[in-house]
Amino acid sequence: MTSIFRALVRKDLRLFFSDRRSVIMAFVAPIVIASFFGYIFGGNGGQTEASRVAVLAVDQDASVTSREIVANMTADKALAVQPAGLEEARAAVRKGKAIVAFVIPAAFGADAGRALFDAVSKPVIGLLYDPSHAAEMGMVQGMLSGHVMEAVSKEMFTGQTDRQAVKDSLAQIEQSAMAPADKKSLETMLRGIDGWNARRDSGAASGNATAPQGLTIPFQVHSEAITSGIGVQYNGYAHSFGGMGIQFILFVGIDVGMGLLAMRQSGVWQRLRAAPLSRGTLLGSRAVSAAMTSMLVLMVLFAFARVVFGCRIEGSMVGFLCICAAFSLMTAAFGLLIAALGKTPEATRGLSILVTLLMVMLGGAWVPTFIFPQWLQKLTIAIPTRWAMDGLDAMTWRGLGFSSAIGPIAVLVGFTLVFGVLAVMRFRWEADS
Amino acid sequence: MLEVDSIRKTYGNIVAADGVSFRAGAGETVGLLGPNGAGKTTMVSIVAGLLRPDSGQVLIGGRPLGGDTDPAKRNIGLVPQNIGLYGQLSARENLALFGALYGLGGAQRKRAIDDALRLVGLSDRGKDAVKTFSGGMMRRLNLAAALLHDPQMLLLDEPTVGVDPQSRNAIFDNLETLKKRGKTLLYTTHYMEEAERLCDRLVIIDRGKVVADDTLSGLHRLMPVTNLLIVDLDNARDGFPAAELRSLPEVQSVEIRDKELKIGLRDLSSESPRVLQWLVDRGWKFQHVSSERASLETVFLTLTGRSLRD
Repeated sequence: MTSIFRALVRKDLRLFFSDRRSVIMAFVAPIVIASFFGYIFGGNGGQTEASRVAVLAVDQDASVTSREIVANMTADKALAVQPAGLEEARAAVRKGKAIVAFVIPAAFGADAGRALFDAVSKPVIGLLYDPSHAAEMGMVQGMLSGHVMEAVSKEMFTGQTDRQAVKDSLAQIEQSAMAPADKKSLETMLRGIDGWNARRDSGAASGNATAPQGLTIPFQVHSEAITSGIGVQYNGYAHSFGGMGIQFILFVGIDVGMGLLAMRQSGVWQRLRAAPLSRGTLLGSRAVSAAMTSMLVLMVLFAFARVVFGCRIEGSMVGFLCICAAFSLMTAAFGLLIAALGKTPEATRGLSILVTLLMVMLGGAWVPTFIFPQWLQKLTIAIPTRWAMDGLDAMTWRGLGFSSAIGPIAVLVGFTLVFGVLAVMRFRWEADS
Repeated sequence: MLEVDSIRKTYGNIVAADGVSFRAGAGETVGLLGPNGAGKTTMVSIVAGLLRPDSGQVLIGGRPLGGDTDPAKRNIGLVPQNIGLYGQLSARENLALFGALYGLGGAQRKRAIDDALRLVGLSDRGKDAVKTFSGGMMRRLNLAAALLHDPQMLLLDEPTVGVDPQSRNAIFDNLETLKKRGKTLLYTTHYMEEAERLCDRLVIIDRGKVVADDTLSGLHRLMPVTNLLIVDLDNARDGFPAAELRSLPEVQSVEIRDKELKIGLRDLSSESPRVLQWLVDRGWKFQHVSSERASLETVFLTLTGRSLRD
C-alpha cells in the first residue's frame, strides 16, 4: 500500500471515529438491538423463561371432570390459566388481555362420558381466541384435548359420577337397535368396567386400591436440539448478533456512499481530483477503509457476544473470519455503488435505506428464512445477506467446518465484484461544477 | 506557464466554454472575470484536470495536461470555490493529508505545514478542528492547503466568496506575497475591484466566450467614458426615463440602481451642468451629487450589455 493510499485510508478512519453518531450507530445500536432480539428468541441455551400463554377457563359445569380439566390446564407450565366468567373472558380476549379462553358447558362431565360410546351427541367445548395468535390457539387446543381425554376417561372408568354413566350406557345398549354382535361386544366391555370398578371399591375398603387414572397419551417424546455438539446448547444471541451486525454494517455502506456524494458537492473532491492520483487510489482507499470499518464492527459485536452472552465460534474460526471479511468487502462495494448511482445525498439516502432493509429482511437477519413461503425462500438465494447469515450461523452455533463457509464466501466475493465493477463503470468522475 | 487553447465544453445544450483561449506567463496574475454562470469555474476545472474538454487543450509548461496521474499536476495548486477541507479534522491534519497526496512526508511535510499556516496567519490555530473556524479563517486555510507542495501556479476560484472585508484583505495580502514569490495566479472573480487590485491581465468571459483579454491599462482604453456623474435622486421611482436621458448627445451611458443614478460623461466640467438641468426640468429632485472615474465595470457593461453582478 503506498503512502498516499495509507493517508487516504487513515483519513477515512479518523473521520469515522471522530463522528460520534457514526460510532454509536455502528457499535452501540447493533449491540443493544441484537441483545434484545437474542433474549426474546431464546437467549443462551434456553435459560430464558418462555412467556406463558394467557388462558381463561370458563367452567359452567363445575363437575369433577371439568374441575380436573381446569386443574390440569392450570398445572401446565406453558400456560397461565385464570378462571373467568363467559362475558369477562370474551371481553378479555377482545382487548388482548388473554390469548385463548375455553368454555366448558354445563353437564359436560356427564355428557362427555356418554359420548365416549355415542358418536352422535358430543358436548361442545367453546374456544374464544385472539386471531392474531392462531399458533397459540392451536397449541392450547391440543393441550386441552389431551387433558379432556384424560379427565373424562378417568372419571368414566374410575370416578363415581361416571359409574352411573356405565350403568346408563348398559341400559341404553339393551334397548338400542345395534347389531347383536356389536351390542354383545360393547356390553362385555362395559360389564368388565363395571366389575373392575366394583373390585376397586372393595379394594379401597380394604386399603389396597391404586390411584385412579384415565387414558393418557401412549408415548413420550425425547427432543434433542442438534447444535455444534452433544451438550452444547443453542445460543440465540449468535444469530441475533450476526443479523444485527449485517444490518448495521450495511448502514456503514450507506454512509460510505453518502459521504462520497456529499464530498462531490464540496471542494474536497475537487482538491482530491486535482492531485496526481489514480481513480483506483481514490475509490480503492475508500473501499478499503469501509471494509476495515465493517470488519471491526463485526469483530467488536462478536467479541461482545462472546464475553457477555457466551457466544462461541463453534465451527471454523478461519471460515468465520473469511465470511466476515467477504461481507465487509461486499459492503464497501455496495457503498461505492450507491455513490455511483446516486446524484445527491438527499435524493439517494431514502432509497438506499429501503434497499438495505429489504436485503436485511430477506436475508433472514430479523427472522429466520424458514418461516418464509417456499417461493420466497428460493428468491432469497439471490440476496447476499442470506448467504452471509447462513455462513455466520454455520460458523457460530451450528459449529460447521470450513467447507460450509466456502459457498457463502464465494457468493459474497461474487457480489463484491459485481457491485464493484458496476460502481466503477457508472461513477461520474467529472466534478459537480 | 499556462496556455489554454480553444477550449470548448458543453453540458447537453448549454455551452459553458466556446473556444476559450488565453495564456498566463510565469509570475503573472491573470484575472478570469465574468458574471455568475459565465463559465469561469468550468475553465478552472478544465485547467485543474477535473473536467475533460470536448475539444481544445491545456498546456502546462508547454506540455499538454495528461490524465489523472500526470506529474504536471504537481505544478498546480487548486483553491476551490467551495471549502475543500474536512471540518472534523484539525487544520494540521487537513494540511498533512493534502501534503501526503503530493508525496510530502516527514520533516518536509511538517515544514510545509508550518510555512503555509504562517503565511495565512493561522499558526496558533493549527490543532483546532476546522469546523470551529470562522468563514474567513476557513477561506485562508483553503488557500494554505493549495500551497503545501509549493506549486508554480495557483488556480483560485472565487477565493473570497462570503468573507468579511477584513478576511478579504488578509487573503489579498497573502496573494500579493505569493505574487512577489513569483507564483503564477489564475484568479476568477466577479468582483471588479479585486481584479483591479490583483491582476496584471484580465480575461473577460461572458456566456462561455472570451470578450476581452488585455492588461488593465489596455482595458481602460476600451472605456467609452472616463468619468461618472453620480446623482442620488430624492424622488426615484419606477419608470425613470433612462433611454430618454441616454439619447442626449453628451451622455455615454446611464445606469440606475435604487436611487443612485450613474451617468457616463466625457467632460464633467462642460457636460454635467446641462445634464443636471435636464433632470431638474423634468421634476427630478436631488440633494447630493458626486463623481468618480469609470471602472472596469463600465468596460464589462460596454462589452456585454449587462452588469457583472447580474
